[in-house]
Amino acid sequence: MSQAVDSAGTADGESRRDFLLYATGAVGAVGTALAVWPFIDSMNPAKDVLALATVEVDLSPVAVGQAITVVWRGKPVFVRHRTPEDIEQAKAVDVSTLRDPETDEERTIKPEWLVMVGICTHLGCVPKGQKPSDPKGEWNGWFCVCHGSQYDTAGRIRKGPAPLNLPVPEYAFLDDTTIRIGEEG
Amino acid sequence: MSTLTRLATAAMMAAGLSLGAGATGALASSGDGPHLKQPNWSFNGLFGGYDEAQLRRGWEVYSGVCKSCHPLDYMHYRNLEQIGYTADEVKEIAASFDVPDGPDEWGEMYTRPATPMDPIAHPYENDAIAKLANGGVVPPNLSVMARARDGGADYIYSLLLGYADEVPEYVLEADPNFSLPPGKSFNHYFPGHAISMPQQLFEGILEYSDGSTPSAEQMALDVTSFLQWAAEPELEDRKALGRYTLLFLIVLTGLLYAYKREIWKDAH
Amino acid sequence: MSSTPDPVWSNRTIKWVDRRLPIFSLLYREGIVYPTPRNLNYWWNFGFIAGLALVILILSGIFLAMFYTPHEDMAFASIERLMREVNYGWLIRFIHMNTVSLFFAAVYIHIFRGMYYGSYKAPRELLWAIGVIIYLVMVGTAFLGYVLPWGQMSFWAATVITSLVTAIPVVGDDIAVWLWGGFSVDNDTLKRFFSLHYLLPFVIFALVFMHLWALHTTKSGNPLGVDVKKPADTLPFHPYYTLKDAFGLGIALIILCFFVFFYPNYFNHAINYVQADPMVTPEHIVPEWYFLPFYAILRAVPDKLGGVLLMFAAIAIWLFLPLLDTSKTRSGRFRPIFKWFFWLLFIDFVLLGYLGAMPAEGVYITLGQWATAYYFVHFLVFLPLLGWIEKPLPVPESISAAVTDGHEKEAAA
Repeated sequence: MSQAVDSAGTADGESRRDFLLYATGAVGAVGTALAVWPFIDSMNPAKDVLALATVEVDLSPVAVGQAITVVWRGKPVFVRHRTPEDIEQAKAVDVSTLRDPETDEERTIKPEWLVMVGICTHLGCVPKGQKPSDPKGEWNGWFCVCHGSQYDTAGRIRKGPAPLNLPVPEYAFLDDTTIRIGEEG
Repeated sequence: MSTLTRLATAAMMAAGLSLGAGATGALASSGDGPHLKQPNWSFNGLFGGYDEAQLRRGWEVYSGVCKSCHPLDYMHYRNLEQIGYTADEVKEIAASFDVPDGPDEWGEMYTRPATPMDPIAHPYENDAIAKLANGGVVPPNLSVMARARDGGADYIYSLLLGYADEVPEYVLEADPNFSLPPGKSFNHYFPGHAISMPQQLFEGILEYSDGSTPSAEQMALDVTSFLQWAAEPELEDRKALGRYTLLFLIVLTGLLYAYKREIWKDAH
Repeated sequence: MSSTPDPVWSNRTIKWVDRRLPIFSLLYREGIVYPTPRNLNYWWNFGFIAGLALVILILSGIFLAMFYTPHEDMAFASIERLMREVNYGWLIRFIHMNTVSLFFAAVYIHIFRGMYYGSYKAPRELLWAIGVIIYLVMVGTAFLGYVLPWGQMSFWAATVITSLVTAIPVVGDDIAVWLWGGFSVDNDTLKRFFSLHYLLPFVIFALVFMHLWALHTTKSGNPLGVDVKKPADTLPFHPYYTLKDAFGLGIALIILCFFVFFYPNYFNHAINYVQADPMVTPEHIVPEWYFLPFYAILRAVPDKLGGVLLMFAAIAIWLFLPLLDTSKTRSGRFRPIFKWFFWLLFIDFVLLGYLGAMPAEGVYITLGQWATAYYFVHFLVFLPLLGWIEKPLPVPESISAAVTDGHEKEAAA
């Protein structure tokens, strides 16, 4: 015991003490940081939430001219089986005149199927236009009753306060009549 | 030095307390009858884990035998990807089950093939039907069974193989009036011995897709492992993280001890 | 003890803050230079370990509450979802479950340390009393928390424990109905238990603060039980005791993590993974291990009201220790007869714990009654008498004198 007391005062003892201080401090700090991670990560989407991050939709029952609304990540997704007139109308527009210029090709994978998130880019209302009886606006697309934004047959903003087109989600055709929304093919 | 010995006593005392509690818990639950069979499970011990091929065989036993009466609550078809089925295989498995859905646009409930995102289908529409079909007893959920019984996997395995055609001597010695109620079977390991579930596992009642021999023991091993996984799907992650954590804490505590000794030299 | 002046802060921000709210001076005074007896042994580590267990419980509990659903139809399933679907959900829950055991283990050791070294004697009576109240609130909180998973043992523990109040004459039944918010343990019972289980830990936290306040007013006791008399008797809290506490915590965390990662359900009852069923009572209702000694006392009395009263008396009697212990000598180290009785009490307490886990039949009942009787006789008869009969050993004059003596002896050996 008495030898140990003597060595504590020497330079050797000092450097040993410094080493222990830094080593213990570093290991302790790393450990605390790592221990925090599981708690933070627990607040990320859980596995069952992620499992529903993609949705498969069977399009075969949707006739030409009809539209369906599916729920994806808690939001409505509009799927419209467009008529040849719809498509023609969408393609005929001079893109440079649009508020949010996008061609119809940029917004569709197959021209007869338009898939987009049905949330008005103004303040988040769900526009009308899915049901045959709904108002569709001047461009025969969608009409947001909240503040009067109007979208054309490609879901592009044409009139009203909304700044952007209705967003197209990532999706892919699994076969001719099935799409998976939520990830690219 | 004396502080160290005191610390050791403290640790022993804590361990003694905890072991006492555990041992008494186990004692309280064991009835008369033979001891539980204790196979050498792959998931035992600090380094234990699951054998995926065995878990898939276990799923074959569940879906071939248990499924018709027992649910697997809180589990989804997608979970089967964790035991080595591909996404397409899981889709196929799910589609072979019908699940209720609805109401549709006409307000009607309907059934449709399940998707991987669906919970594993319930065998009965509700508990009343389950009771009716099983002599007044609802077949219990199996997804937490390995956690919900003392003895865990050992108990399930022993129970599955623990049937007897006649009431054995030791039971009659303990209780001369013992008789099996109608519709019940004798099981060595079931509390009270009179179990509603008849023996299920007989050699050759199913064929394994990997060609293993479907003996009763093999099926019991496989389905028990599967149920252990169903109850503790986190087991492999848990033990791996535990090994790193313990290693880390031992290093940190060692450093703390060395540093503490170094500092306390000044005080002696 | 006013010998240590407050530091002069060189950092301008710290100086600015400290002049308006002297928090840095407080931390410096109470956490760094705080004069601590130099002879504290490892039994003095458990207060800190218990405090950290409380912090771990509160933190993990806050995250559990983000996923838990307090509803009779959804509680059980919400916990299964937590363990299966939420990232590290199983880890957070197992930490919470097992840290309760660590908390109680540390607190029991802390309490028995206090009993052995006479930590309840003047001037620390109030410090001790606050500690006993902390323990009582802990018991309540742990019970409420155990109900939340809504398993079979949760439900029946809730039923049995809340039914204790029906022992109260005249108004007992009405109080039970009031506690339940119904005619049995039901959905509203579960929801109020959840609300209170979230509240009480913060009450404990406040009580711990008062416990520490009282501690830093009277200063720590020590294994010799003699007062601190001169600076040589003490060491600054930091780095000596911060490091000793950190090392002790390391050991505690190793034990905790061993259970969390490898035997997470060791202290749990398997039957609690069966969802609550108000129509079926499990064969054996056994409380968690940390309640077993008091559960044994409850069952030792064949009378309903008597059992309940005796169980609470078994804890409440700790409040009266400063009166019951008539010896002038604090530390058990210098009390040759008391020492034996202390260990007898400890064995009796462990025996009660064992009996609490046994079915209430045959020899266990008789043993339980004897062990219960001994428990009370210890406090009510032996402890007061020992102060008169016992002749304590000579107590060292001061801590530093004893420490130097010890060193001389060691050197001579």
